[in-house]
Amino acid sequence: MTDMASLMEDRAAAKVISDKMHKPVDWDSPKIARNIKKRYAAERRFKIYGLSAIGVALLALFVLGFSIVSKGYSAFFQTYIQLEVHFDPAEIDPDRTGDPAVIGKANFDGLIKQSLRERFPEVTSRRDRRDLYGIVSGGASYDLRERVMENPNLIGQTRKIWLISGDDFDMLNKGYIDAEVDESSRRLNDQEIGWYNALVEDGAVEKQFHARFFTSGDSREPELAGIWGAAVGSFYTLLVTLALSFPIGVLAAVYLEEFAPKNRFTTIVEVNINNLAAVPSIVFGLLGLEVYLNVMHLPRSAPVVGGLTLALMTLPTIIIASRAAIKAVPPSIRQAALGLGASPVQTVTHHVLPLAMPGILTGTIIGMAQALGETAPLLMIGMVAFIVDIPGGALDPATVLPVQIYLWADSPERAFVEKTSAAIMVLLAFLILMNGLAVYLRKKFERKW
Amino acid sequence: MAAVSQSAMTAEPSVASPKMTARDLNLFYSDNQALFDVNLDIVERQVTALIGPSGCGKSTFLRCMNRMNDTIDGVTINGKVTLDGRDIYDKRIDVVQLRARIGMVFQKPNPFPKSIYDNVAYGPRIHGLVNSRDELDEIVMTSLERAGLLKEVKDRLQSPATGLSGGQQQRLCIARAVAVSPEVILMDEPCSALDPIATAKVEELIDELRSNYTIVIVTHSMQQAARVSQRTAFFHLGKLVEVGETDQIFTNPKDDRTKGYITGRFG
Repeated sequence: MTDMASLMEDRAAAKVISDKMHKPVDWDSPKIARNIKKRYAAERRFKIYGLSAIGVALLALFVLGFSIVSKGYSAFFQTYIQLEVHFDPAEIDPDRTGDPAVIGKANFDGLIKQSLRERFPEVTSRRDRRDLYGIVSGGASYDLRERVMENPNLIGQTRKIWLISGDDFDMLNKGYIDAEVDESSRRLNDQEIGWYNALVEDGAVEKQFHARFFTSGDSREPELAGIWGAAVGSFYTLLVTLALSFPIGVLAAVYLEEFAPKNRFTTIVEVNINNLAAVPSIVFGLLGLEVYLNVMHLPRSAPVVGGLTLALMTLPTIIIASRAAIKAVPPSIRQAALGLGASPVQTVTHHVLPLAMPGILTGTIIGMAQALGETAPLLMIGMVAFIVDIPGGALDPATVLPVQIYLWADSPERAFVEKTSAAIMVLLAFLILMNGLAVYLRKKFERKW
Repeated sequence: MAAVSQSAMTAEPSVASPKMTARDLNLFYSDNQALFDVNLDIVERQVTALIGPSGCGKSTFLRCMNRMNDTIDGVTINGKVTLDGRDIYDKRIDVVQLRARIGMVFQKPNPFPKSIYDNVAYGPRIHGLVNSRDELDEIVMTSLERAGLLKEVKDRLQSPATGLSGGQQQRLCIARAVAVSPEVILMDEPCSALDPIATAKVEELIDELRSNYTIVIVTHSMQQAARVSQRTAFFHLGKLVEVGETDQIFTNPKDDRTKGYITGRFG
């Protein structure tokens, strides 16, 4: 009975409330009209905020791209000087042996200097001659030797040959040295500019595509320095990073998501993984220095150490992305497999992993892209060294693209400015390529259900 | 409570040779008890329907019967569930093999995002039931036939299973379960996501499957329980209230709660 009474009370109370609420609304009142107007204004404002945010982002991107490309594109071209070179048999192969070993040791530098002296016979003083020899790069003699080794018939002939110019003359040709500036405050004096102008009048100065930039290693001479050594170093480093962090990361993610019991220990592991993702990369560099170099005595400056260090840094990224991807696989798929009598491992390998793969790959490639652009930890383990040779494996000393950029940005020669920008362009191209690959793989492995 | 189950057992004396039995089954989700002393026999080659209001433990009970609750953290079970007289919670029982012998069909159709063929072939493949491609083809065909799906899909066995309609997907899931030749098929509200026409087809199918398999079905629809089952068990608040021949339960329930539920007074 008391139930009945309380029910009646409830109903009465409900009626009072509903009566209050049932006042008709005047949809045409000025108050409502003001409200609608305000709402539309808010929508418009929001749209403007959004558009201006995108505008700022695009502008920043454009400024960045423009400044890099406008500074860097000239590095893909190099000034060459045409000289008449006499392949003097007395200098190259006095005994006419035809032996490549003898030809290889010949003084090609002397041949070039001889040609320069012949071209500008009026230059006699020792000091002026030294300036004169600067027209042609020190690396030109190697090119000349290669040419003769390939074609020994050249010996004894006189040919017009395009030789790579010195960096100062390259800068002059590209317009980075202003002849109007007071002589004492520019890299080339009036006499040198005079020689250059004479060569230009002869049609003996030309800009050619600078393939050497993409095929050679680092050098102290800007005109001889190339990006290939760093690119190969980056490749080996990333290979080691990927080979370690992908399997370890995916296995850790699978274990934590699918098998680990939810207890205090796994909670601590989870928190720590998330914390590791936020640790500054230089800390990983110090760890790598201590563990890999000081304790394990792995080779200094080698991609294998760089890869090991970057793998530590990439692991949390891969684990977190993989766990998210695995978590996103609908539980109904797991139940279906388990209900059919698939073992937990079969459920994971046959169903969960294939479905999570697009997400895992995206996370991995983002982690790899991060590793590709990482500099600080590699400085700690000695990959900042000046290395001319192109590394032949993961144990050779090497440097990587971002460190190469850092090294060149630090170099005093004017010509390294454009090299720096060009190297940034190469690095960005690799990053765009990797992100493109991530998008492609995600599209390819994506399955709908 | 013991009295209730006892009265049920005396009203419907335990069947002669049950395919599966549950004895004094208690289940806890961490500290919450979800099942209280459930005693139930499942008769071979019959359809047993489990009915009751939401949250009464009928799905939980169903999942005890093929140990799917093992996959949930914090579940403790005591009591005994047997299949052909053997305790399925015995340590020596291989869960993987057990789940092959006791198939399951879920509430929402859950085909793998693979081809129709691969969906049905998956079970036989992982259990190594076939030696040749031809044998596998045959199993796939007979399973689809049994699930009444062959006519509709035989021209597109290689197209993705997710392209089928909801009802077709659910019948595909039944075909997939049938393909490993289970002895018992557990169905957890198999028609709740289907329209009436697809539901009618699945019900027809359940009736046909009865001749070869022992079926336990959880359903919210009393009409469905009446249509497809021979025995019905009514669960309420984690307890098995009453079990008996379907006709008897629906026409002459012994317990007031059963009467209240089937006449729609609560639920």
